[in-house]
Amino acid sequence: MDLVGLAFYFLAALIVISAAIVVFSKNIMYSAFSLMFTFFGVAGLYVLLNADFLAVTQIMVYIGGILVLIIFGVMLTTRITGVDVKSNSLGKIQVGIAGLLSTIIAISLIVVFSSTKWFLSEPKVSGDSTKLIGNELLTNYLLAFEAASVLLLIAIIGAAFIARRK
Amino acid sequence: MSEFLWVIIESTIKAVIILTLIMLVYGALGVYLERKISAWIQNRIGPNRVGPFGLLQPFADVLKLFLKEDLVPTAANPTFHRLAPIITLGVAVAVYAVIPFGDYVTIAGRNIQLGLAPNANIAILFVLAMTSVGVYGITLGGWSSNNKYSLLGALRSTAQMISYELSMGLALVGVLMVAGTLSINQIVIQQSNYHWNIIYQPLGFILFLVAAFAETNRAPFDLPEAEPELVGGYNTEYSGMKFGMFFLAEYANMGTSSAIMVLLYFGGWQTLVPGGWFGFEPGSIGLALLQFVSFFIKIEIMVLFFIWVRWSVPRFRYDQLMNLGWKVLLPLAIANVAGTGIVSLLLK
Repeated sequence: MDLVGLAFYFLAALIVISAAIVVFSKNIMYSAFSLMFTFFGVAGLYVLLNADFLAVTQIMVYIGGILVLIIFGVMLTTRITGVDVKSNSLGKIQVGIAGLLSTIIAISLIVVFSSTKWFLSEPKVSGDSTKLIGNELLTNYLLAFEAASVLLLIAIIGAAFIARRK
Repeated sequence: MSEFLWVIIESTIKAVIILTLIMLVYGALGVYLERKISAWIQNRIGPNRVGPFGLLQPFADVLKLFLKEDLVPTAANPTFHRLAPIITLGVAVAVYAVIPFGDYVTIAGRNIQLGLAPNANIAILFVLAMTSVGVYGITLGGWSSNNKYSLLGALRSTAQMISYELSMGLALVGVLMVAGTLSINQIVIQQSNYHWNIIYQPLGFILFLVAAFAETNRAPFDLPEAEPELVGGYNTEYSGMKFGMFFLAEYANMGTSSAIMVLLYFGGWQTLVPGGWFGFEPGSIGLALLQFVSFFIKIEIMVLFFIWVRWSVPRFRYDQLMNLGWKVLLPLAIANVAGTGIVSLLLK
């Protein structure tokens, strides 16, 4: 097994195990924290796919931004309200519905995966994906890029408005 | 297989050397300089008992930390309490994966880079990503201690780091626009012949410097560990080597910030005196050593500046800190990006 294969299986195991902890842990703090390793694993997979820019963005946005907010939410609500936020085991009906839905999704994914004809081409090793992404974003996909930024601006204004209103 | 083995051996040796350097230069020398300089500034003598001029004091300190009892409060969350210092130190050290300590050396026909992955295309983004991960260690340390002061310190630290990360990133954009690359080594190579980026980005440098002070929780932005208000901040409940790890991480972060500033604004490993004076060829060990020493002299000057400021400037109030971050630094950083863009467009 070469280095890339070894790294892939290591990352895949990391993702699966940490995601399992996210789902099954009773302590929601452990779940939130375990999610960090899932995100790191996914970032590692991006690196293996030569998408270095995407990997670092994944770490910055998901681990450095979103997960910090989640952990803050869990930390502060537990301490201030005095109520332990825990993911209790659900009733039988909920488990049944969730199990059924997951099975359907899993079966359809497996069917799609096995029926698709995958075109495997040699990856073009172009070291600098950042430059390509930047150029594409500011030329071909300028409209989508600007629309996303306007959307984010609206979200910021909305958040500030809600936070300010006493 | 031999190539694979060679990569592993080379990386391991480099990692061991870099870790030793961090411990010695940032940990031992940093703590010694801090204590000695604070003593001079406060008209004291400072450590002078262990070794000549007290030079061995940091080693005695570390020995003491190792021998102290490792306490975990009963009400604490033991898992996260143990994990927090490891994350903090790990993240502080991880940044060194992309920092170049010099150009290359040719040994037995191989060009060996001085650094683990100095030519990474996304090095600067990696540094920023790692600083954003650094928040976790402090937050978890403060939260898991189950102590009001620790939690308050952790909250302050996180709010401060998240706020200043923004202006730090935007200040960097100025350099990136001048350089046109995200690779640290390329940026350093572009600064040859003393064309340091500080000449082109003076405002960006000042913004980055202020943000770096806040990012490393150093005075005048050391609100997370403001002793009169918070006892000790997020590390109140830590003892022994776990406290030592937080402490070392703080100094490693200071060193990292200094290193990034030197790399981006002061020519990085570009030599202080031309290597031609000594007749060094590119790739020779002599030139590599000269680059290495120049790099560390520059870093130590920045570290001395950090220490000097810490013992001269009083602490900010919390509202002043947030106002400075959001209402002064951020607009200035955006103006710097816009200005750099306009100027580089006009010069084209």
